Amino acid sequence: MIEKSPILNFVTHAILLAAAFAMCFPIYVSLITATMPFERVAEVPKPLWPSDQLLVNMAAAWKKGAFSTLFMNSIISTLIITVGKIVIAMITAFALVYFRFRFRALAFWMIFITLMLPLEVRIVPTYEIVSNVLLPIQRILEWTGLAWLIQTLSGVRVVLKLSLINTYLGLTLPLIATATGTFLFRQFFLTIPDELAEASKMDGSGALRFFWDILLPLSRTNIAALAVIMFVFGWNQYLWPLLVTTGPEYRTLTIGLTAMQPGSDATADWNVILAGALLVMMPPVLVVVLAQRWFVKGLVNTDK
Amino acid sequence: MIKRVVFEDRWLPYLLIGPQLLIIFLFFYWPTGQALFWSFTLEPPFGGDAVWVGLRNLTEIVTSPVYHIAIRNTLIMSVATTVISLGLGLIFAVFADRGLRGMIFYKTAIMWPYAVAAPVAAIAWQFIFQPQIGIFGIVNQWYPGLWNPALNGAHALTMVIIASSWTSITFNFVFFLAGLQAIPNNLVEAAAMDGAGPMRRFFDLVFPLISPTFFLLLVLNVTTSFTEGFGIINVMTQGGPGNATQTMVYKIYQDGFIGLDLSSSSAQSLLLMILIIAVTLLQFRFVERKVHYAGSDKGEASE
Repeated sequence: MIEKSPILNFVTHAILLAAAFAMCFPIYVSLITATMPFERVAEVPKPLWPSDQLLVNMAAAWKKGAFSTLFMNSIISTLIITVGKIVIAMITAFALVYFRFRFRALAFWMIFITLMLPLEVRIVPTYEIVSNVLLPIQRILEWTGLAWLIQTLSGVRVVLKLSLINTYLGLTLPLIATATGTFLFRQFFLTIPDELAEASKMDGSGALRFFWDILLPLSRTNIAALAVIMFVFGWNQYLWPLLVTTGPEYRTLTIGLTAMQPGSDATADWNVILAGALLVMMPPVLVVVLAQRWFVKGLVNTDK
Repeated sequence: MIKRVVFEDRWLPYLLIGPQLLIIFLFFYWPTGQALFWSFTLEPPFGGDAVWVGLRNLTEIVTSPVYHIAIRNTLIMSVATTVISLGLGLIFAVFADRGLRGMIFYKTAIMWPYAVAAPVAAIAWQFIFQPQIGIFGIVNQWYPGLWNPALNGAHALTMVIIASSWTSITFNFVFFLAGLQAIPNNLVEAAAMDGAGPMRRFFDLVFPLISPTFFLLLVLNVTTSFTEGFGIINVMTQGGPGNATQTMVYKIYQDGFIGLDLSSSSAQSLLLMILIIAVTLLQFRFVERKVHYAGSDKGEASE
């Protein structure tokens, strides 16, 4: 603080209170509504204080949305995405920084360009490939005439098909590639003194040993920061799980919840739906609030 | 950029880099190629090989009136959300940077909405804006029929803009706060000693110093606003009423998955991709400038 100025302090508090209010407002409304019995949802003017039905409504939402399965699915797919992204980002960055090999620059740029191809603009063809991940091999066999050759020689028609629709792999694999994570670790590895690699080489350790014993422990804070961001990212996925899951077995929570929402229907059981919304947002909110320091670090570093 | 000390291994680097390359080949480059192929061809309705139609899909979509509405809505939403969330993020951060007591409370209150998924937030906003029983619906008690996003396109667009601005304020707030806290205290103190008041200090000193952050955020906000908003629109309006909230991204989804018109959907993907690449290249110029501005430690943004 530069100067003591009671007026400015007052204005600061007033504005920050307004900011906190604006940011918490929709969630506060959800919380209040989620505590109401159904008869009081349509009450006007709106009640400001909670009633006592929160747990009842949450239980109702849990049952209505079959949240037991969906919670499991969300947890599994979020963990695969988080761990997968961190592992992929680290090993890619390790190869880019600590090895000299052919096509290194090409690989770097191939990863970089993916930043310009967000999922939203390639949803339909990505869906097609997830419904048959062997499609490229099939096409290559057809183009090169190998498929024809095999068919004429053995009489077997080559049809390769492996669908990832309604699997955890299909839910997570297309989201695991990470240009930003790769660059985060690359940037970090570049700041690590060369002497460390030199010393471990002199002591006779190989590349993997160096990675495991030196780089990994040094990367702990970066891993934590990235993990917080990726957990939130994974948990809040919406468009992709909407496409690759067709039934409740592999659906995630965001999909299950939005399937319950009634449009702008006034007579819907909003208290139950908003109680469900609170359940869905709870895990990532807890992570962000409890790991705030890493959250800020991760957000600022990955999206630079 | 590479280390002076490197490890020698013939196969290991390829093994390490392989998984990521395989994934981006399968799920980024192959689909992009497929989208390009579909944009210039038509699939015959009764099977058979795709027919090359050149630019027909593109001209068809560019001249379609619904697409013009989608472009217009995308631009309106993009500008409005960027202005609102950038402006409020900056204001909140400037005051939070004053470091008064209770700051941890305010910071947490402003930050945690980042963890709320857009479609989940959209449900809460849907309830708030519900014309009969929502909080905002109270205006209908005073003047019946004043507010109805289910029928009035402008209302629906406003509602979607408010919801998506709310979801992106935190991101800007965190970046601005980090930028503000990186300003050395003695600079601001020196200005105060010279008699510059808080307003003067902000406009003549603080804002110029965080302007690289500002430009970076500006471009990031614009790029993401082209592609995001799917969750909010799909939950709140599905593009309606009567295309009033139809956007370029939502139309790609609708035409591709609901209309099953692969050629048109891919042509739109191609157009949006060009737009995003253009803006990203612009962004890269700003990032470069920022790197020069900030000094040498982050100077290896490009190979």
